[in-house]
Amino acid sequence: MGEARGEVQLSPRLSWTRFGFRHGVHPAEAKELTRGLPIRRMPYPDEIVLPLRQHAGKPARLSVAVGDHVERGDEVGQADGFLSVPIHASAAGSVTGVEWWPHPDGSMAEAVRIKVDRFAPQVARERLVPRWDGLTRAAVVQAVQAAGVVGLGGAAFPTHVKLVPPEDQPIETLIVNGAECEPYLTSDHRIMVEYPGRVHFGIQVMMHALGAARCVIGVERNKPDAIRALRETGLGRAGVEVLPLTVKYPQGAEKMLIHAVTGREVPSGKLPAAVGVLVQNVGSVAAIAEVFETGLPLIERIVTVSGHGLRRPANLIVPVGTKLRDLLGFCEGLTAEAAQVIVGGPMMGLAQANLDAPVTKGTTGVVVLARSEARSDRIYPCIHCGRCLDACPMFLNPALLGDLARMGRYHEMAELHLADCMLCGSCAYVCPSNLPLAQLFQASKVALRRLPPQVA
Amino acid sequence: MTGVPLVVTASPHLAPRDTTPRIMWHVVASLVPVIGAAAWFFGASALLVIAAATSGAVAAEWRFGSGRTLADGSAVITGLLLGLTLPAGIPLWMAALGGGFGIGFAKLVFGGLGYNVFNPALVGRAFLQAAFPVAITTWPAPGTGFWNLRGDNFAWPGARGAADAVTSATPLGLLKFEGQDTPLASLVLGTTGGSLGETAALVILLGGAYLAWRGYLNWRIPVSILATVALLSAAIHSLDSTRPGPGFMIFSGGLMLGAVYMATDLVTAPVTNRGRWAYGIGIGALVVVIRLWGGLPEGVMYAILLMNAVVPFLNRATHPRVFGTGRRVTG
Repeated sequence: MGEARGEVQLSPRLSWTRFGFRHGVHPAEAKELTRGLPIRRMPYPDEIVLPLRQHAGKPARLSVAVGDHVERGDEVGQADGFLSVPIHASAAGSVTGVEWWPHPDGSMAEAVRIKVDRFAPQVARERLVPRWDGLTRAAVVQAVQAAGVVGLGGAAFPTHVKLVPPEDQPIETLIVNGAECEPYLTSDHRIMVEYPGRVHFGIQVMMHALGAARCVIGVERNKPDAIRALRETGLGRAGVEVLPLTVKYPQGAEKMLIHAVTGREVPSGKLPAAVGVLVQNVGSVAAIAEVFETGLPLIERIVTVSGHGLRRPANLIVPVGTKLRDLLGFCEGLTAEAAQVIVGGPMMGLAQANLDAPVTKGTTGVVVLARSEARSDRIYPCIHCGRCLDACPMFLNPALLGDLARMGRYHEMAELHLADCMLCGSCAYVCPSNLPLAQLFQASKVALRRLPPQVA
Repeated sequence: MTGVPLVVTASPHLAPRDTTPRIMWHVVASLVPVIGAAAWFFGASALLVIAAATSGAVAAEWRFGSGRTLADGSAVITGLLLGLTLPAGIPLWMAALGGGFGIGFAKLVFGGLGYNVFNPALVGRAFLQAAFPVAITTWPAPGTGFWNLRGDNFAWPGARGAADAVTSATPLGLLKFEGQDTPLASLVLGTTGGSLGETAALVILLGGAYLAWRGYLNWRIPVSILATVALLSAAIHSLDSTRPGPGFMIFSGGLMLGAVYMATDLVTAPVTNRGRWAYGIGIGALVVVIRLWGGLPEGVMYAILLMNAVVPFLNRATHPRVFGTGRRVTG
């Protein structure tokens, strides 16, 4: 299959059923700001703040006390059960406090403050993760959990949990998500260009742990250098192929990616395992490789810092726990045009009110939008233009769902498949009336969880 | 850096390319050549009638609307479109009243922009047709000098009509009541009697093509209406050659204005593509039925209004299959 396709096809148009999906939107990519910039290492800031909740699942349990000295890679929070991962110190220093601290998701979270030791060599004490060779599948899963690896694509779901698929649903195909369809973000792009070997090593580890025979790396066609690098490095690896994908948002959404690669739809309410597939973000795959290579847990990640409101955009290796303030300061700060600081991409990311919030394991990028790009606060009534229906990759009716949401008719929304909405924001992006549809749907999902089920 | 105030909004954070007022004002701009054509054929009367209908619509929106809604441009569209459906000689107060009625009773009582079921311009026209059947069917002939008024434009309410303007029946009226055909060339070029916007088929098509290219109207609706009318009338013409052929049917009457500008009104048209096809086919079929077998010479207005009424049903019946499910939702 890989041989038959041969050279990288860069024609923008192919079939939309294969290599892509139907509907979706085309926001300005704005990736040219950073896609050519090599990944650089950011210096250690004066202080690191590590929230104990950086992943989906249970937060880590505090395992240090104020006054303790920690080395780089030491555990500051233990995994609390299987659906949890530990948190490790990303720099040597002393614990100065354990307190409620602004979290990039907008809430406050218990966090460990570490004053970074300015003269420490920042070398880890020992190899904290075992070598990969000869580990059993269970040992790999355990090592990945101990290293605190989570999905680095934004959702931060613990990776080791995904490595243990249900017994009755074996994983045939591992899909590596290199679509990176959010505007501005280029961290995955740079990982694929600069560390293709690491991506392939991580794939090898994951395929071993999963017992999967086949792996497809899905990359949007707007990253020809990444496709080339992965193909050249992966020459001769059996069962691994690189698949160029249609450039469209949200190509990187799990269900859209699976459709593009396999042509199959994940049934509503089911996990990708239902079609024999597991999807892992390319950054997470590279992180697994790095963990086994260096023996260090996940204490730093690659972050795109970009936007038209930022003086010097960059792709940076950032210690987890670096405050946004320090990160933006390293990039020479905001311009006078800056309006919004967003953690994540501009389509699904979170606008920040407080720049003391730290970079967490799930921070893919920090985007500073200029005033001219930001949404206005003026909204108009829905004019039933139907653009949202043509944008929704799940084929929902966002206009109708929006009406129901404003009337609080959440049970009717549930019947209209609100649960299938993944909050990609395509509907709100195309809405000429500027209706906050994604926000309404998120609020409705929360409201629905709190309501008692309706008696029919 | 700390001096910059941060704006916190929900995602997505990027501003959309189009806004509702932008769409509406583009529609207004695309109507300018159509109005120009009306002025070319019917002189100053055309401009007066369109201006009167628009002022009526805008005044109603301003007086009874919820404040800032005038700026969205939708009331202006209603007024312009209503004006284009009227004969050049109609008294201005009637045109203004029609505009006010359309906005007030077809739009604002439903909740304003986005909530109306029926096209406000067509409701305004239906009201005028019911209230002033003579004034609205007195069709002046085109092209008798620009400053030459085509009727009692300045008549006061209650005044007896003293019209001595040159009138001419519309091609559809000629066909229905006198069995007389009109050459296709004069239909296409618009040198026939009729309402202001009836006579500029080519200009209307150009405006529609521009809007469709911008994505401000859905091409499926006019295409399905015109194709249905053409196919049905071709079939009927082949069975009974006294019936008009597709060329006459498409270029006569208000079909072009209705198909391109009225039926495609975003608010009152379906939101799904399959619904839009069904809606267009329904309008086309009703136009043919009313024109050939109804009591009126023209049926575009009622065809669109009737199909407006079934749009909620069409939306519900044509919703596409949700990704990852085997069934259609019925919303």
